[in-house]
Amino acid sequence: MTTHVLSDTRVLTARSLTHIVRSPDTIITTAVTPIVLMLLFVYVFGGAIDTGSTESYIDYMLPGILLITIASGVAYTAYRLFLDLQGGIFQRFQSMPIARSSVLWGHVLTSLVANLVSVAIVVGVAFVMGFRTGASVGAWFAVIGILVLFTLALTWIAVIAGLSAKTVDGASAFSYPLIFLPFVSSAFVPTDSMPGPVAWFAENQPVTSIVDTTRALFAGEPVGADIWVALAWLVGIMAVAFGFAMRIYRRRAS
Amino acid sequence: MTAAAPVAAAAPAIRVRGIEKSFADVHVLRGVDLDVTQGSIFALLGSNGAGKTTLVNILSTLLKADAGAATVQGFDVAADAGDVRRSISLTGQFAAVDEVLTGRENLALVARLRHLKDPGRIADDLLARFSLSEAGDRRAATYSGGMRRRLDIAMSLIGDPPVIFLDEPTTGLDPQARIEVWQTVKALADGGTTVLLTTQYLDEAEQLADRIAILHEGVIIRSGTLAELKRLLPAAKVEYVEKQPRLEEVFLALVGDPARGGATAAEPTRKESR
Repeated sequence: MTTHVLSDTRVLTARSLTHIVRSPDTIITTAVTPIVLMLLFVYVFGGAIDTGSTESYIDYMLPGILLITIASGVAYTAYRLFLDLQGGIFQRFQSMPIARSSVLWGHVLTSLVANLVSVAIVVGVAFVMGFRTGASVGAWFAVIGILVLFTLALTWIAVIAGLSAKTVDGASAFSYPLIFLPFVSSAFVPTDSMPGPVAWFAENQPVTSIVDTTRALFAGEPVGADIWVALAWLVGIMAVAFGFAMRIYRRRAS
Repeated sequence: MTAAAPVAAAAPAIRVRGIEKSFADVHVLRGVDLDVTQGSIFALLGSNGAGKTTLVNILSTLLKADAGAATVQGFDVAADAGDVRRSISLTGQFAAVDEVLTGRENLALVARLRHLKDPGRIADDLLARFSLSEAGDRRAATYSGGMRRRLDIAMSLIGDPPVIFLDEPTTGLDPQARIEVWQTVKALADGGTTVLLTTQYLDEAEQLADRIAILHEGVIIRSGTLAELKRLLPAAKVEYVEKQPRLEEVFLALVGDPARGGATAAEPTRKESR
């Protein structure tokens, strides 16, 4: 049973990647909203926002935009998983002699690929709009690593939503609070401009440390202790979400 | 036919003893016993909600029973789930095809997941066998109900599992598609495959099954061959009744009976229709 985990996962990942290639609108839709937000913030609100630094506003807000891209992208992962459960093909896979976990891993790896493509599109548009970075190759790899961890953490939350949803709408509703989390963080305005309790929440929620780390990496500055706070959040969320997802999966699968 | 069969030919392919299953406070199965002989077609007959799907899901390792034991090809469904999965195929109540993939890709996907060599050739062979070759490169979403069900059953045959579960295989199909499915099931049993099918259509059980079991309120209330079940009622009386064609016979004569090959009877359509 366990000897085929890798090959079964590869076959099932290829299957759901085919779904994305045949309906690329899921990637485009994922990229459009953050791009519109980026246009809005840079060309409408940006002039009135004082970030207290000399860097251009698009450099300041891009990390937050990338997190919003991923938070909206994982909604499709929950959606695709939910459709498999509804359509009966999930039952077929479960009654076949294949490694059971590969059914979930296929969706998780597809989520990773799809979200990285969406992120690449958004970064491309940001470059056209004037985003510039002095990041070294190492810093780029660190940024990609953080975004991969963020995608995996959110994807496992999406798996919980997809496995436990009763309706299509329910499967993707979990992503709305995740999309809004960057707005109450250091992603668009400095947290010290916020009233006390809001500033406290913004300072201590995961997005702020992730945004600050990514921003420092893009600017070619030292990341300080923020990166450890960010990694702790990411690994912690991923571990908890993974644990819950597997428990629900085993219950559904038995 | 099969590599994994530690049972002698005489042992039943499926053996069920005292299976019970409840969902919350609903006692769906209350002690089911049945035996299915190797290479036979066994029909589980029952109305909606009788527990047919629950029993099939337990036998195909999707659900765990609360009590009782069941073996498929000699493997215990709870303890040797992996071996059971290698011995079976499940065609569920709703055609489990991937709508985004083409028919050919659906078949190749299952062949790859069963770790078979040359999935492309396996797919082509099955497309031909199920008259889907022309539609093979179209997405399954464009298929009619009958084509989708044929693709579904074709996917279940990959790897030649010795036991096949068909859960209401003809529900929602038109009369021609039903007959196509019946022919497929008969051909399977002729080839030595054991078929357990559930149905709520009495004529389907009558047409196909070597043995019939009636599942009612969670227990098998009667089982036997069609002749044995018929003997439960008073002996046949001889009455003279004018032989009227059944509507199904009329319908099939008008649109062409796939059992007799194509639309040969299409000609009278003109005369009959006003």
